Amino acid sequence: MTQQGVRWTADQVLALAPDAASRKAGSKLGAAGPWSEAGSSDEGTVWGLCKGSGSKPYQTVIDIADAAGPAYKCSCPSRKFPCKHALGLLLLWAGGEGAVPPGPAPDWAEQWIEGRRQRAQEKRTAGAAGSAAGSGDPEGARRRAERRAVRITAGATELEQRLADLLRSGLAGAEQAGYGMWEETAARMVDAQAPGLAARVRELGAIPSSGPGWPVRLLEECALIHLLDQGWLRRERLPDGLGSTVRSRIGLPASAEGPAIRDRWLVLAQYDTADARLTTRRIWLHGTDSGRTALLLSYGAAGRAPELALPVGLELEAEVSAYPGTGQLRAALGEQFAPPAPTATRPPGVTTEQAAARYGEALRDDPWLDSVPVILDRVIPAPDGDSWQLADAEGDSALPLTASARSRPGLWRLVALSGGAPVKVFGECGHRGFTPLTAWAEGAGEAVPLC
Amino acid sequence: MNKISAPVPDAWEELVTSALLGTARRPPPGVAPGSEAPVALLDAAAVETVRRRAGLRPARAAQRPQPAPEDTRPPLPAAAARRLAMLLADRPGTGGGGRRGTAPDLMELLPQWLATANARGYAAPPQLLPALLDAARGRTDLRPAALAFAGSRATWLARLNPDWRFALRATPGGGTDLPSPQDTAGIRLLWEEGLFAERVALLSAIRAREPVAARELLATTWATERAEDRLMFLDSLRTGLGADDEPFLEQALTDRSRNVRATAAELLSALPGSALAARMAVRAGACVAVDHTQDRPVIVVEAPHECDSGMERDGVVAKAPSGRGERSWWFGQLVEAAPLGVWPGRLGGRTPEEIVALPVADDWRNELHAAWCRAAVRQRDAGWARALLGRPAAPEAGGPGAVSLAERARLLSTLGSAERAEWVAAFIATHGLSEAFQLLGVCEVPWAAPLGRAVVDALNIARDAGSYPWSFSGVMGLAERCLDPAEAGRLEGLMAVPDEGEDASPGAGGYWAEAFQRLVTTLRLRAAMAEELGVA
Repeated sequence: MTQQGVRWTADQVLALAPDAASRKAGSKLGAAGPWSEAGSSDEGTVWGLCKGSGSKPYQTVIDIADAAGPAYKCSCPSRKFPCKHALGLLLLWAGGEGAVPPGPAPDWAEQWIEGRRQRAQEKRTAGAAGSAAGSGDPEGARRRAERRAVRITAGATELEQRLADLLRSGLAGAEQAGYGMWEETAARMVDAQAPGLAARVRELGAIPSSGPGWPVRLLEECALIHLLDQGWLRRERLPDGLGSTVRSRIGLPASAEGPAIRDRWLVLAQYDTADARLTTRRIWLHGTDSGRTALLLSYGAAGRAPELALPVGLELEAEVSAYPGTGQLRAALGEQFAPPAPTATRPPGVTTEQAAARYGEALRDDPWLDSVPVILDRVIPAPDGDSWQLADAEGDSALPLTASARSRPGLWRLVALSGGAPVKVFGECGHRGFTPLTAWAEGAGEAVPLC
Repeated sequence: MNKISAPVPDAWEELVTSALLGTARRPPPGVAPGSEAPVALLDAAAVETVRRRAGLRPARAAQRPQPAPEDTRPPLPAAAARRLAMLLADRPGTGGGGRRGTAPDLMELLPQWLATANARGYAAPPQLLPALLDAARGRTDLRPAALAFAGSRATWLARLNPDWRFALRATPGGGTDLPSPQDTAGIRLLWEEGLFAERVALLSAIRAREPVAARELLATTWATERAEDRLMFLDSLRTGLGADDEPFLEQALTDRSRNVRATAAELLSALPGSALAARMAVRAGACVAVDHTQDRPVIVVEAPHECDSGMERDGVVAKAPSGRGERSWWFGQLVEAAPLGVWPGRLGGRTPEEIVALPVADDWRNELHAAWCRAAVRQRDAGWARALLGRPAAPEAGGPGAVSLAERARLLSTLGSAERAEWVAAFIATHGLSEAFQLLGVCEVPWAAPLGRAVVDALNIARDAGSYPWSFSGVMGLAERCLDPAEAGRLEGLMAVPDEGEDASPGAGGYWAEAFQRLVTTLRLRAAMAEELGVA
């Protein structure tokens, strides 16, 4: 695929930044000042020399033609990826023809590009030959899976025991017991190779300090862990779809085996959550022809942005395949047929009543689901005491915002965008309330990210 | 969300109570205590949890906010909107810090961006209003331009978020629309029943259009206004002040409030033809004379011996600040309030230049010249300002003279922008940059070509002298914001690292190159900003 002729928007470039500091530093380098000998090729490479504080300018080169996402190389010592120079150069390129004219690449850039192309070629050849080799040891794989299942069963059984002990002596004691008890149990679940259980158990620890009504929330979450344990322990008796859902909730790896769906996918939202080790990026897509919703997950080690970056408001023609599990929205991005481009398309929406019903229905396939993605049509953000809600413009129904959504700056962007008038809002709707992620004002205007 | 009622309304509450107390103490209903009780409780709770969640219904809608008034200004071009988002994202404390490097300081460019956008009459993109309000909250100097650009929707927002309450105070009328000029009944109603801020906004708006109408409106309720309000209202007469305001101001000289009297006197003294100005001219004139008995003419000063009630009524403050002699304090006020036009007649038909050049006896020179400076600024008298400024290349212009640099800056502001720029350029050419900072601050942006050249030349000289650029960081920062972007091309040669001279400070050349790179980058950025906003 070549991206010749398709220039990115500045937003697209900035979405590649690993963190806010890089975004800022990069945007300052997006002016012509420090750059020299910048250029670009028809094959989709951009290069340039950036004057830094040292005497020798940094050599920056980017390959944007790769369908898997852009690749960068820069001679600067930064460990950020992409570094501010790569971002600045891309911004310069996004800004227009003049600063990054087409031309032949200098030697230092050409060498890297050539090396990359060669490696990609080798990989492709090897991949074609190796797909059979990958499943070359089915017996070994089966044995490994069995061993893991045994460990998870032991973990789930132990967790059942701990939950029973907790309920025998009462949740009231959990407030005093503190975080340590849960951390230890979570560590046991990690040992049992059940990361999904471990994460749920870890979250239990935070509930007793989460304010009024915590016993109800703790009981709910304990009950759902119990349900998941039981689902695992009796997985042979579950229907296929639910069985896959349980396996993925436990944390077993799966691959996107669903049929490839080709569509024009509208990027509804992109947001990152991070802990000390890992940044998780969620990208919600809406298929403009199929009407399907898909969730792309990508990960980056701490300090590095996940490689996939699809800014809100773009549309890309691509294939997407679903992961197993009934009602699961997670999917993998397959082949892209055209680079992402801005679009004025707006997805259709529903009322608050329909949104709540949709969450209820989704629980049938996945009772552990916290929320479903929905688009609300014609809702007005309205203050409700200390809280906020999205109220139908016509009608008496409203969805309260989640506590986390209320404390984010995106709330005020949403309120400002609405100005008391109806807006279209995409977000996640669940038992905790509604988390707005993207909004469109009435009439014209682009999608406004709220996260 | 509202929970739907369960068929057995208390089933869930029972489960929660059992869970809280423990099944050992309180088994859930229908379950015998024992080893199975916790599992039975978890089973039942799992069913209830999923059932409760699946049965969630929307809440009742709360009172929806009143829609914000429509912004009729044209929307910002997309590239300019992106630029604004970027400028607003560059907030202090968002990383960075330390040495500035070659990257522009985006936050410093925000005031200029806002001024241009306001001049072009664009509407702010609604989704950027929160960031704009946050920026204005942190920087009071940004507020007027930011709030003007943010428009009425920002005040609408500020009513919903206490963090932005300043926007309601700072925007006259809290964003309510003022009645149109023809709507006399509406004007009347708002003036008599409006909130204070709305009334100030109304009065200022009318004053800007029709000075007489505003004064007449004020006169209708003047006697019943509170003292602080009278002061604010009176202040609005500063706009479009004219001779026909005199009777009203004369009357205000007898006001009960001392601050109102002082403001009225100040306004009157800015009207050289007013009776108050004439009275002050007589008083000041009595204190200053030319002594011809010496070899050459000398100005002699005889300061007043008392501050009588007439002087006090005309706004002279009787009590001197601590550390100042009473007589010189009174004298300064008299000369400041006297019309400058009387002095040539009083002092032998001399021009302002000749008067300023006269020696002054007994150390009164500083006092007298300072008072003339204040009078020139107050009366916007360019002729006197020019005389008091003197020649920019004169030795005393750069050092301690009768007129301080701060006073010179104020005097400069009474001159036309071209003359101002030329004076400062000539000043810099003679005295260098170290004293020029204050003077540069009153020059029009972007700097006129001769001024820009003078600054760049002076920076270049400082570099060649081997000093460090941070000694000039103030001027450098100003140059980034004020130099004409068209000058960027001329600066290219300065971006290279020069050979280190014998007496240069170590590494200074590299730092200078960096500083000039930042200057050029910033100028380019400003050019791009202007272009995005449709300024050719």
